[in-house]
Parts: sequence; C-alpha cells; structure tokens
Amino acid sequence: MTTAAQRSYFGKALVELGRARQDIVVLDADLATSTKTSDFASAFPDRFFEVGIAEQNMIGTAAGLAACGKTVFASTFAVFATGRCWDQIRQSIAYPGMNVKVVSTHCGISVGGDGASHQALEDLSLMRTMPNMTVISPADAEEAFKATLAMADWHGPCYMRMGRADFPLITGKEDEFQIGKANIMKEGKDVSIVATGQMVALALDAARILKEGGVNAEVVNMSTLKPLDTETLADSLARTRCVVTAEEHSIIGGLGSAVAEYLAENENYPLLRVGVKDSFGESGTPDELMHKYGLTAENIALSAKMVIGKKTKKRKGFLWRK
Amino acid sequence: MCRNIRRHVIEMTYEAGSGHPGGSLSSTEIMVSLFFQVMRHDPQNPKWDLRDRFILSKGHVAPVYYAALAESGYFPVEELKTLRKLGSRLQGHPAYGKLPGVEMSTGSLGQGLSVACGMALAARLDGLDYRVFCLCGDGEMQSGQNWEAGMLASHYKLDNLVAILDRNRLQSSGLTEETMSLEPLADKWRAFGWNVLEVDGHDVRQILNACELSRSMKGPSMIIADTVKGKGVSFMENNCGFHGRCCTCDEREKALTELEARQ
Ligand SMILES: Cc1ncc(C[n+]2csc(CCOP(=O)(O)OP(=O)(O)O)c2C)c(N)n1
Ligand SMILES: [Mg+2]
Repeated sequence: MTTAAQRSYFGKALVELGRARQDIVVLDADLATSTKTSDFASAFPDRFFEVGIAEQNMIGTAAGLAACGKTVFASTFAVFATGRCWDQIRQSIAYPGMNVKVVSTHCGISVGGDGASHQALEDLSLMRTMPNMTVISPADAEEAFKATLAMADWHGPCYMRMGRADFPLITGKEDEFQIGKANIMKEGKDVSIVATGQMVALALDAARILKEGGVNAEVVNMSTLKPLDTETLADSLARTRCVVTAEEHSIIGGLGSAVAEYLAENENYPLLRVGVKDSFGESGTPDELMHKYGLTAENIALSAKMVIGKKTKKRKGFLWRK
Repeated sequence: MCRNIRRHVIEMTYEAGSGHPGGSLSSTEIMVSLFFQVMRHDPQNPKWDLRDRFILSKGHVAPVYYAALAESGYFPVEELKTLRKLGSRLQGHPAYGKLPGVEMSTGSLGQGLSVACGMALAARLDGLDYRVFCLCGDGEMQSGQNWEAGMLASHYKLDNLVAILDRNRLQSSGLTEETMSLEPLADKWRAFGWNVLEVDGHDVRQILNACELSRSMKGPSMIIADTVKGKGVSFMENNCGFHGRCCTCDEREKALTELEARQ
C-alpha cells in the first residue's frame, strides 16, 4: 500500500491555489516546515505571513485579512490551533463568519514521541461545537489535497485536521470529494463502520478481517464531520441496522458523538465507538500507540462483531442493552 | 558536568530517534548552574516544602532537563535512554506526576512563566522563602502570555521569581529576528518592571553571579543569557536543522568525539 503525508499534499494544493487566485493568503506560527505551508511561502512570499510563536495573534490577523476580502489559510499543530486559539476562532472567525480556513497538522496520537502535550484528541470536538464552523477530516493525502481546494471555494469558516505520519493512500485522483458528503468505500449489509481520517484505512482492513468470518461490513468515509451527512448515514443504517464509529480522537465530542447524537434523536440502532477512551496520549511510536489505545483494524472488527450481537437480539425498548 | 550533560543529550535523542538537541545544548550551563549550585533542593525529597521550584517553560528541551535531574539524583541515569519510549516516565515533553523533580507539564510554549508566577505567589501566601526559577526560550517570547505574566509579576512585586531567557537567537523557522523580531528585548522587560541581567549563557560564573545578585533585588528578575544553539558540537552550533532533529549515527560519533576532546 502506498502511503503519503497529508500535509505534503496540503502544501501542494496551497501552491496550486496561490497560482490560480490572488486572494489566497497563508499564515503560519513558526511551524511552516512542519505544516508544509513553507511550499506556499517559497512560491508566494508576498502573500505568506510568518507570525512567530503567537498562534492567537495569527487567528486574529487571519480574521482581519478575511474581513478585507482575502481567503485565508492559517496553520499550526492541531493542539495549538484549536485549543490555544479557541476563543479567537469563536469570536473573530466563527461568530462573524469570516472566510478563514484553520488547517492543522499533527492530530491524534500518531504524532508519536512528542507525547500528550502535542497530541490533539479533542480538536474535532472543540471545532464541531462552534456555530458556523465546517469541520473536515480527510482520510488520506489525496483527500487532503481535494479538501484544500474545496475549502477555498466554500465561503466561511472551516477547520481541517491532518496527521503527521504518512497514511495509506486509499482514494484515487478521480474519486469525488465534496464537503458535507460521506463516501461509501465498501458496500455491506451486516454493519456500518463509519470512520474518519486515517481510521478509514483501518476500517477497510477491518472489513477484510470480518469478511473472513463471514461478516459483510459497509465502510463509510465520513470526511466531513460538520455538516454531518445524515442522508448517507441513514441509508447505510437502513441496510445494516448497527454501527461502529472509528476515529483517532477522543470518543467524546468527535465522530462517535456526532453519530450518537443523530441516532439518539432519529433511530434506535446499536452503536459502539472506537476512539481514545477519555484519556491523554503519551510518548511512543505511532504504531505502538495506535495499538495501545485500541485504534486498530482488529479492534474495529471486534467492535463490529459486538455491535452485530446487540442488534440480533430483536430490539424491545432498550432490552438489547441488557 | 556540562560535558557529561551534553553527552547525555546527544545519546538520549539519538536513542529516541527524535527530540530537540539544539536548544538543550544552548541551555546546558544554565541547567547545570541551577541544579548543581543555585537551587535549594533535595533529590531524595522531591516534595520538600522549602525546595526552590523550577519550571521548564520551553518544554521541548526535556532532554537537558532530564539529564540534569538524573545527574542530581532524582532517578537513575540509565533511565535516560528510555526518553520518548512507550511506557517511559521520560515523556517527549515534561509530564507532571510521572517523574520526580518535574513541577509542571509543559510543551505548549508560552505558559510556563504564568505557572511560575503562581508558585511565587503561593510562597508568599505560605510565608515560605523558596524561589521560583523559570527557563524560557527566546522564540517563546513571541507568545503574548509571557507579557501578561510579566505584568503580573511586577505588579505583585515577585522578588522570589527569576526567569532565565535562553537567547540563542534561533527558533524553529530560523533566526528570531527574521521570524518575528524581539529586540530590544532587555528594554522591553525593563519597561515591564523587571530587573534585567545580561550574561554569557555559557559562562557558569556569570550565571551564578546573576542568580546571586537577583536574590537581593526588589521585583522579578530576568536573566538574559546570550547563548549559541547547539553549543559544544561544531556542526550543530547555530544550525537550525538541529532544533527538532537528532543526530544520525555518524553525526552522533562525531559529536561524542568532539565533546570528549573539549576541556
Ligand atoms: C504554543 C506552541 N507553538 C508551537 C510549538 C512548536 N515549537 C516547539 S519548539 C519551537 C521553537 C522554539 O524556539 P525557542 O523558544 O527559541 O526555543 P529554543 O531555541 O531554545 O529551542 C516551536 C515553534 C510549541 N511547542 N508550542
Ligand atoms: Mg531559541
């Protein structure tokens, strides 16, 4: 399986945008070589602003540029982008509906050695709760590229998260990407595995494992968390009647919560959430950490079997919960 | 001791396969001065009420911090090679409660000085005479929270607070003055009501003097330590490349040989 870093493709997409459009402006906070906004900085030095280690100021500055008609991309690591700057994003970007794209890298525990201080497991939650905010979590580098272009055409505040490590390339150049539209990566009838980010690749692996056991899983790539594509979700659930969510994020507030919120008000199907169980990360290699925190194909497959078990006991009120 | 600490920094980051050696090497004399001379502390009793507190605001230089803690006796020196490994107490950035001697979780730049202010206030509330030391990066000074803390420290006349600024002139992207200029840094801190002491950050005697001087001064003190990022290893000195990456196998050999040859 070929792999690629999402941030590298993001960097390339920014250069493409910069070439096509004069209104594109990019900001970074002393991490341009890591976030790959450095590509844009070299190509269009006049439209790139390095703000130093001052993320909150970066967000305010982005809002000002956007208020004067620019389409602004502001990048740093996910913890700083969403945590440090939450209020600046809320007050100066989301509330006034500014055309700023906050694009972060180094999401999740696959950051590795840096440890908990640098592993964003709450960013989706923080951004999803904010009115006016569109939240995107691409599955691979190819999707990160397309999402970058799509965000530039989407007027208003956006947040996109990307990883640090190389992720498997599971989508093709021709595959369609649309903000707010989930893609069914593999059809199935026994269980829906709704995943986001690099967990989509693991969900596909899980589907292969399940197939060996005679279980036919459907894999949904929920690349936009907000607005949530409830239409695709409802369609899939009508077929499978149970769902596992998978995300490299806390099970609180992210994709699992978004699906749970939808289910609670609309359907009565069993759900299991694969994600980090309300804890901080730690240092280790990305692989070790993904295993330790249960972010594996095996664990998704196991959860799928468990959730299928819950649905077969025909629902009578909440009896299936025991 | 400084040479020993530098050797640890090279070895630890090499073993870990990642980490921040450049800013660790520029802080070596500062850390050695604090942990082996200036600070009142007892590695056998890390929770001693009267200990001086130390906050590593620039948390990414955990390697030099851990090396100083281990050499002081907080934990076995052999444990240094577990840096950044799964299950290690030596997290990539300092984690409070995991390792004796670590007083606060840091790593998100710009927050340590505020924590140090809180500790200095607590000393006053409790009527204790401990001092609080905080090591900051120069790039880190671009973060606004430092200046909020700076205001608070002089407002509350925190005589027991000493910040040390590792002025190595480099940050992640390159020179601080090209990334986001900081100068005139000493004047800025003076304007914020701090005593400013400027020293050669690789001269232990000057660092010790400044720490001693600050003891008798009114209000918080900022020691601006003029340093060289990557100090001690020729090819790492003033080389931004070694901000966030460790040595390769060959580079490690070369670095250790060079350190061996130095006085
Ligand atoms: C809030 C925040 N933003 C960005 C980073 C990423 N980062 C880690 S080290 C560093 C550069 C630090 O430069 P400086 O403060 O000068 O430290 P030193 O030169 O001593 O290594 C950056 C940007 C961070 N850790 N925290
Ligand atoms: Mg520096």
